Formats: sequence, structure tokens, C-alpha cells
Amino acid sequence: MQDQPPGDEALSVVALRAEKASEAPVKDWSAMLAELAISRDRQLFIRLFRHFSPRIKGYIMKLGLTEATAEELTQEAMLSVWRKTHLYDPGKAAASTWIYTLARNLSIDWMRKQKYPEYDLDSWHEEAGEPPVLELAEQAVMSDQVAMAIRQLPDNQAQVIIMSFYEGRSHSEIADRLSIPLGSVKSRIRLASEKLKQALRGNHDH
Amino acid sequence: MTINHHLDEATLFSYVAGALGQGPALVVASHLAMCNLCRQRCRELEAIGGALLENIALAAVSDSTLASVLDRLDQDVIPEAAARPAPVANSEIPAPLASYVGDSLEDLSWKKLVPGVWVHDLPSQGKGITRLLRVAPGKAALPHSHRGSELTLLLRGSYSDEVGRFSTGDVADLDDQITHQPLVDSDHDCICLIATEYPLRYTTLFGKITQPLFGF
Ligand SMILES: [Zn+2]
Repeated sequence: MQDQPPGDEALSVVALRAEKASEAPVKDWSAMLAELAISRDRQLFIRLFRHFSPRIKGYIMKLGLTEATAEELTQEAMLSVWRKTHLYDPGKAAASTWIYTLARNLSIDWMRKQKYPEYDLDSWHEEAGEPPVLELAEQAVMSDQVAMAIRQLPDNQAQVIIMSFYEGRSHSEIADRLSIPLGSVKSRIRLASEKLKQALRGNHDH
Repeated sequence: MTINHHLDEATLFSYVAGALGQGPALVVASHLAMCNLCRQRCRELEAIGGALLENIALAAVSDSTLASVLDRLDQDVIPEAAARPAPVANSEIPAPLASYVGDSLEDLSWKKLVPGVWVHDLPSQGKGITRLLRVAPGKAALPHSHRGSELTLLLRGSYSDEVGRFSTGDVADLDDQITHQPLVDSDHDCICLIATEYPLRYTTLFGKITQPLFGF
């Protein structure tokens, strides 16, 4: 991985989409992804591609990979979206969540020789007993709420979240780079995680 | 199976972020395969990952890239290798671990460390170790502390240590502040999956002397 300054983009990296009004809300991306499994409609795929591929590529470059590699992995990720849509269940997760795990696994598998251990990637639709994390309607607003919550985190919590999520750094790596004890890294992540989950649940009580 | 000890939030967060080493990620995925509660927690964190992806700074993707992807849409897909063995009903081996060890803990090559203690090392990248540890009833592992984290998933039997009592499905998620000496208290062998980020640090002279011999 390339060497990047540790988490110095904590506040700038999560930017609300500027032209939001012209974009379909998250709910529609999920419905469109589910629809793609049935219709296999190329025009629909192109719309999903235009929305998600710049995000996937941005994510992979944040992980420290070169632009050429990010470009290649983004292509692979979008091909996987096309090939695996039948495994996607909109009642279980937003399209962005499903595509995030897909892009994450592809990137890690590329960086390591071993496959990232997955607990059930191929059975998203099989665990009928488990309730969905969020109702579809809630998914529409939740990603903006989470982005907002990240911006509201204290700097030292935002920093570890950015280093963990966007740069893929381990707890020890973060501890070394920030010269703080491992236990502090973990407690900052725990505190931040709790706040992000509250944002996800639409809980505004602080 | 009643699970009493779960994954630390920070560990689960890093797993979802793709920021765990191979060995610790294997322990986490294996616990998730056994634990409904942590699976729910994991899905919530994945939704946060989705939200972060939705709001990330964009990197331009050209129309020629789109064109080349469209060209490949109809290509025959080589079916993904069936590397993942079908889950065995009532198996004590969680699915993520099955691709490393197959469907039986008994058929593995166990290496004897000391009387009553055996190990089976798993291939894993990085500085730490990933292994199955098998300890006979009444035996104890050497007291040790760690630099970095140690994750232990109980697959069979039970043990007690300074932290508590651990039985099948439980995960011990320890950081570098803890020194512990697990003592097996089940009436049959205890088998667990262990991953550390770094080699262990033994806190007794015996442990320090024998460490190079056992690579443990
Ligand atoms: Zn659990």
C-alpha cells in the first residue's frame, strides 16, 4: 500500500453530494439493483454503473491502491454486480451496502493472496429468519444521516474511523501511526461506532 | 448453544472495514457463522459501510471503461471454483473455517507441543499466528500477554481464565493489557481457533525459554 498521511482528511472526505436533487434516492438504487436481477436490462445497468463506479473507484483509491488498479478492480466489481444480482435482497440491505461488501472483498483479495474470510456472502437471501436491518424507506435517508454523524464526530474519533474504513488500517497500525495505545484506538472506534449506529437508526437524541 | 462472550465492537468494526489481518478475520467470520447476535451487529456496521460508500469523494470513471465492461457482460462466466465445501449438518466446524480444515477436526495432523497440548497451524499471512489449539482436560496453556490483540474462538469443550468461563461458540477478544492462563475445565479435549496479530509474549521464565522451541 502507498503511504498516506494518517486520516488527515477526516472532515473533507465525506462530502454530501452536490447535485443531490438530480439523483435517485438510495431507496431507488436498491429497487433498481433488485430489478436488474429480473430484467437484465443494460440501460438499468448503465445507470447503476454511472452512480456506483466512481464511488467504488474512490473507495479503492482511498485504500491506497494505484489508479490503474482501482480502475481494473472497479470494472471487476461492476461485473460482479451484474453477475451476482440474483443474490441481492433489497429487504436485507441497501444496494450501497451490498456493493460496498463486494468491492471491499475484491480489493482485499487483490491485496492478499488469501480470500478475505466471509461469513455468508452467497446467502444473503437464505436467512429468512433474520429481520432486515432497515426498512427500504429508511435506507433513503440513512446514508446522509451517517455522513452527517461522521462530520459531527470529535476529530480524534473521525480520524480512527477514516483510517479504519477508508484506509483499511489495523488497530495496531493506527496505534503506531498516531502514537497512542492500542486500547485508545479501540475505545475511540467503539465510541464512534455507537454514534454512527444511532445515526443509522435515525436516533437524534444526543 | 448459548453464547456468552461476543466480539468487541472495535474488532467487528475493523472486520467490516476490511482492516483485520487474515487470521483475526477468519476467527471473526467463524464466530459470525455461529452467532446470530453478532451477525445482526455486523449487518448494521455494513450498512454504515454502504452509507460511507454512498458519500465518498468520487473518482472519475471514463465512458471507455463503461464500454469495456458492457462488452464483457455477456461473456461466459467461469463458475467460481467450488473451493467452499458445502456446510456439514451439525458440524462443529463453522463454514469459513471449513475451507481451511475440511470437515473433521479429528483427521487433522496435530503436532504435540507438551503432554496434553497439540497444535495445528493454519496458513496465514502476516506476523501473527493462526492455529487450532487442542488441550486435554485439566491442562493449562502457558500464561502469556500479547502485543496487539488475541482472538480465540471455542469450537469444542470449555476453559476458564482470569476473564471468565468460555465454552463452544464463545469468543475471547483480548487486547494487550491482559495476561491470562486458560485452564481447560471440560471433561473432554478443548479445541479452539486462535489468531494473534503478533507472536505471543510469555510472562514466565519457562515460557520465555520454551517459546523458541514451540514457536508458540
Ligand atoms: Zn457473538
